[in-house]
Amino acid sequence: MAPQAVFTCPTPREALVRFGGEWKISGGMPENRADVIAAFREPSFDKVVFDARDVGGWDSCFIAFLVRLTEMCRKKGVVCRFEHMPDGAQRLIDLAFAVPPREGAARKSSFVPLLDRIGEKTIAAWNAVSNAKDFCLEALASLGRFFRKEAVLRKADLAAAFQEVSFDALGIVSLICFMVGLIFAFVGAIQLKVFGAQIYVASLVAIAMTRVMGAIMAGIIMAGRTGSSYAAVLGSMQVNEEVDALETMGIHSFDFLVLPRLLALSLMMPLMTVYADLTGILGGAFVGIFMLDLSPQEYFRMTVNVLNMRNILVGIVHGTVFGVIIALCGCYRGIRCGRSASSVGEATTAAVVTSIVGIILATAVITFICDLIKV
Amino acid sequence: MADKQPHITGKGLKIAYGDFVLMRDLDFTINRGDIFIIMGGSGCGKSTLLKVLVGLKAPAAGKLIFDGRDFWAGTREDRDIIMRKAGILYQSGALWTSMTLAENIALPLEQYTNLTAAEIRDVVSLKLDLVGLAGFEDFYPSEISGGMKKRAGLARALALDPDIVFFDEPSAGLDPVSARLLDDLILEIRESLNTTIVMVTHELASIFAIGTNSVYLDVETRTAIAHGDPKELLKNPPNKTVERFLTRGEKGN
Ligand SMILES: Nc1ncnc2c1ncn2[C@@H]1O[C@H](COP(=O)(O)OP(=O)(O)OP(=O)(O)O)[C@@H](O)[C@H]1O
Ligand SMILES: [Mg+2]
Repeated sequence: MAPQAVFTCPTPREALVRFGGEWKISGGMPENRADVIAAFREPSFDKVVFDARDVGGWDSCFIAFLVRLTEMCRKKGVVCRFEHMPDGAQRLIDLAFAVPPREGAARKSSFVPLLDRIGEKTIAAWNAVSNAKDFCLEALASLGRFFRKEAVLRKADLAAAFQEVSFDALGIVSLICFMVGLIFAFVGAIQLKVFGAQIYVASLVAIAMTRVMGAIMAGIIMAGRTGSSYAAVLGSMQVNEEVDALETMGIHSFDFLVLPRLLALSLMMPLMTVYADLTGILGGAFVGIFMLDLSPQEYFRMTVNVLNMRNILVGIVHGTVFGVIIALCGCYRGIRCGRSASSVGEATTAAVVTSIVGIILATAVITFICDLIKV
Repeated sequence: MADKQPHITGKGLKIAYGDFVLMRDLDFTINRGDIFIIMGGSGCGKSTLLKVLVGLKAPAAGKLIFDGRDFWAGTREDRDIIMRKAGILYQSGALWTSMTLAENIALPLEQYTNLTAAEIRDVVSLKLDLVGLAGFEDFYPSEISGGMKKRAGLARALALDPDIVFFDEPSAGLDPVSARLLDDLILEIRESLNTTIVMVTHELASIFAIGTNSVYLDVETRTAIAHGDPKELLKNPPNKTVERFLTRGEKGN
């Protein structure tokens, strides 16, 4: 039998709700549920009797409905009486009200007017900027301590950090940059062939790779594999109270955890950039020699002709800046991570996203500056 | 102990996360050599109080006198110097996962002593022996069990022979026998080194077995509602809440 709740007012000041039927989660709620609740919203009575004599079977769905009504009554000062409740049901209701809700613990309602929301977002953005600024200042202070030999960090950690961003990354950087060189050569060759100028593929690849692409590709790879791992490692150390353990031991967590990573990435990224340039050029040469039938000597000569120190240095500057950005974003997200497993995931994602945005913005800025100073 | 010297004194401490006040007007004294228990229901702010005591979180108001000095009035460097004489065992052990147990314990020694590598190695072995982990020097934290992590964490907390050790729920997640052994270990440490122990715990058995002083933080009134030797508190409960807590709800209802 379907669940029933019949609301009546036998006398003006006293109401009666008679429950009947099967109250099961699988069987749904009574159809007039909303009407009954509406009657309790602005009650005209100051006493109510809940009578369950006709209830056949019940489970949490019955209790939840009763608790809901009882809570509404309590707010309006209506006295509730329970009659013929099944024994277990009465106990569960008592249990539900045994611990009063903690005042101030409930979260505010989720509806926020548009203007308020804009204001909140603006304040949050401003706070984020000032937090990031503090973090960068702290990085400088930490570097200062490093050069004064006051920073506490382990040589083994430093060595591991260097290895992680150089030797361990060679494979993936080789693969990706070789492919990028290859793609450049292909795309360029289609156009240049029209003019019979396929030999200029060599110049195209050499200039593009050395000036920005090598650095950008190395940066994106590092953001994906290293920046994210920094955030994940530091984030889980935060969750695990390991960062607290360092701090209370009088060791600056910044020196111990962030500094080795920052040093490793910003010192190794220039080298990785040069390496990326080289593999990119190799990829281009592969296309030039095997698909466009250029002779290796010719390709090599054309490449050397256009390679100049200025472009290579601009590329290296890009790479170094990217290294600093990736290390700072990864470590910042990790150190500021919340205290749960899901916040480690969020930190990791945020680290990659901010690094890549940072890389693109930095490229724009550097390109603009290069244009200004005519290099 | 006839002459009781205060080690840590809280005066009108208020602890809060932003506007959310957890505790106010906390007054308590932890004497040298005490085993001081912080009791209270779940979520009342015990772990947070511990954070204030060890310098990880500033109190919203009030004063904390640590070793005769105003702990939160000084700079971080001043607090670091005071904390150098303190050891902390975190709820999860908080061993540094990228280092072996030996390296974990050696780090503070390398930092704050002039011992040679060989001497450090000896001290590390001694500490691991003390907590029953002899021979586990080269294990990583991920390779040992939860109870062992706690003991290793204790070994690290004891590395510098601290004169005060803080524990956050040391026996949580341990079987009754290991919990008992940990209690014995704590007593042993206090007896042999006259260390002050500050401990957050829910284990009634250990509260009565080793506690010599305590404070009870009450969620409802948001202040401390009892202070003193837990055994005395059980005999003459100052109020119903404390009586209920100390008798597992059998009395005081
Ligand atoms: N980072 C935080 N920001 C805001 N509120 C917090 C934060 N950490 C804890 N709280 C709140 O502070 C209260 C006390 O937390 P705390 O961890 O000190 O409790 P506890 O007494 O140690 O509890 P338990 O016995 O369960 O460990 C909790 O209600 C929690 O909601
Ligand atoms: Mg706690």
